[in-house]
Amino acid sequence: MLRQTLHMLGKEMLTEWRQRARISGVFWFAFAIVLMVAFATPNSAVLPQVAGGTLWLGLLLASTRSLDQSYAVELEHGAMEGLMLWPVDPIAIYYGKALANTLVLVLVAFALLPLVIAIFDAPVVGNPLNLIVIVLLGCMALAAPGTLYGLITSQARGSSVLLPLLLFPLVVPAVLAAANATTKVFEGDPMEQVPSWLALLTAFDIIFWSLSGIAYGKLLED
Amino acid sequence: MPRPVRSPALSVEFDLVRRLQIGWPASGVRRGCRPCDGYGPLGRCSIDGSQITNIVALLGLGFLLASAAPQFRRALPFAWEHPLGLAGLVLLVVGNWLGLYYAPQERFMGDVGRILYVHVPAAWLTMVCFTLAFLFALGFMFTNRRGLDSAMEAASEVGVMEGALLLLLGAIFARPTWGVWWSWDPRLTSSAVMMLSFVGVLLLRGVVQDFDRRATWSSIAAIFAGVNVPVTYYSVKWWRSMHQVQSETVAGSTIDDGMRWVLYFNTYAFLFLTVWFLARRWRIAETRAQAAMPEPLPQATT
Repeated sequence: MLRQTLHMLGKEMLTEWRQRARISGVFWFAFAIVLMVAFATPNSAVLPQVAGGTLWLGLLLASTRSLDQSYAVELEHGAMEGLMLWPVDPIAIYYGKALANTLVLVLVAFALLPLVIAIFDAPVVGNPLNLIVIVLLGCMALAAPGTLYGLITSQARGSSVLLPLLLFPLVVPAVLAAANATTKVFEGDPMEQVPSWLALLTAFDIIFWSLSGIAYGKLLED
Repeated sequence: MPRPVRSPALSVEFDLVRRLQIGWPASGVRRGCRPCDGYGPLGRCSIDGSQITNIVALLGLGFLLASAAPQFRRALPFAWEHPLGLAGLVLLVVGNWLGLYYAPQERFMGDVGRILYVHVPAAWLTMVCFTLAFLFALGFMFTNRRGLDSAMEAASEVGVMEGALLLLLGAIFARPTWGVWWSWDPRLTSSAVMMLSFVGVLLLRGVVQDFDRRATWSSIAAIFAGVNVPVTYYSVKWWRSMHQVQSETVAGSTIDDGMRWVLYFNTYAFLFLTVWFLARRWRIAETRAQAAMPEPLPQATT
């Protein structure tokens, strides 16, 4: 099972590598959102306060492009049937894809992070190492239900509207926790709230990484 | 207290707030030390209506149990849910009159508090509908029965309708009590997220034509959306919320008896109407699913 998951992850990352323009597209999309928020904020004095939220807003919106596209290649070339004919557990297919989506989002997040800190003039008062954990857990939280819903919406009409509509309400707790934890790292955390936000993110990840894995098999059957 | 003269220049919103606070006839300002002192707009509330609500509940439950028997349903000249719908409408009219003109005044909020007689039932029934949608979706995933898929669609749709009503009534309640139409309070936010999640389920059903796919996909989406129900219920306990904690729990009630029976009267009105809506909506979903089924193959003649 682990070997199958790693093979799937390798295959997904190879596909991503062969169409590198896609990852850069996702990054530039997220960066454009970050810039738009900076432009739309009337008072530059409040920019440091909204830096954490903007980072996660950019990642959330960019993730819909990334997740939607992760099935597009397979569906365009009819490779989904081929994938299902592999002697591979559907759960391994899910975890391979979800890990690949997480990696893409983590790459985009780490590329975006210094830019957000610079543009929003965010002082990193807290422990910067916490940012690594927040980004990892937050991207996992976006990727788990996103990979599942990506399969549904990529095959349905009006997918560009459907994916955000299904995904956004679901990931509200994760975005809330990640944005608040990031803001606490930027502004300092005298009340030590970061661990409780990280606990919420971890609980969200555990629930949705297990639930989505179970549901994915049922989806692939259809 | 003389009735205030309303200026025609007042905005609709301000007018509504004023009406809710001081506009009712004969609603004297009687303030006791308890949540209410037993006085309503028409004077002292002498009827203990708890027996009335018990009788309404027993009649409704008896009718539902009887409707479970096919012989009873066949004997009725109309669909079994119609008497419940009619009873719900009558109860709603009487319940609204009770809530607006009979029930005692809430001590702190005054007449504004009367909206709880419709706001709270809407909240309870929204939770019930979304819980049912979650359970029907779970049931469909295990059994693949078409009826459960139709029931999930019905529960989601009625739940979204009642959820919209809940948020609307909540906003009207919040303006005079909190000073804002909307607050990013955990209970309000989680309620809106819960409703939006089920709107997503309904939209998903709208864009997928294939029956099997639609049923499986929307069931998964409904199960995920159903996770919001306990989060919304416990949000007032988990986070510091402006919204009050539950008044009616297994441990007991914090509502004065004079107000409580009116609340339950309205709750039964909402319940009967919800059952009516659910049953009607389920029949429509079943008819549509049957119409979408492929024609059976012709029988061999030899």
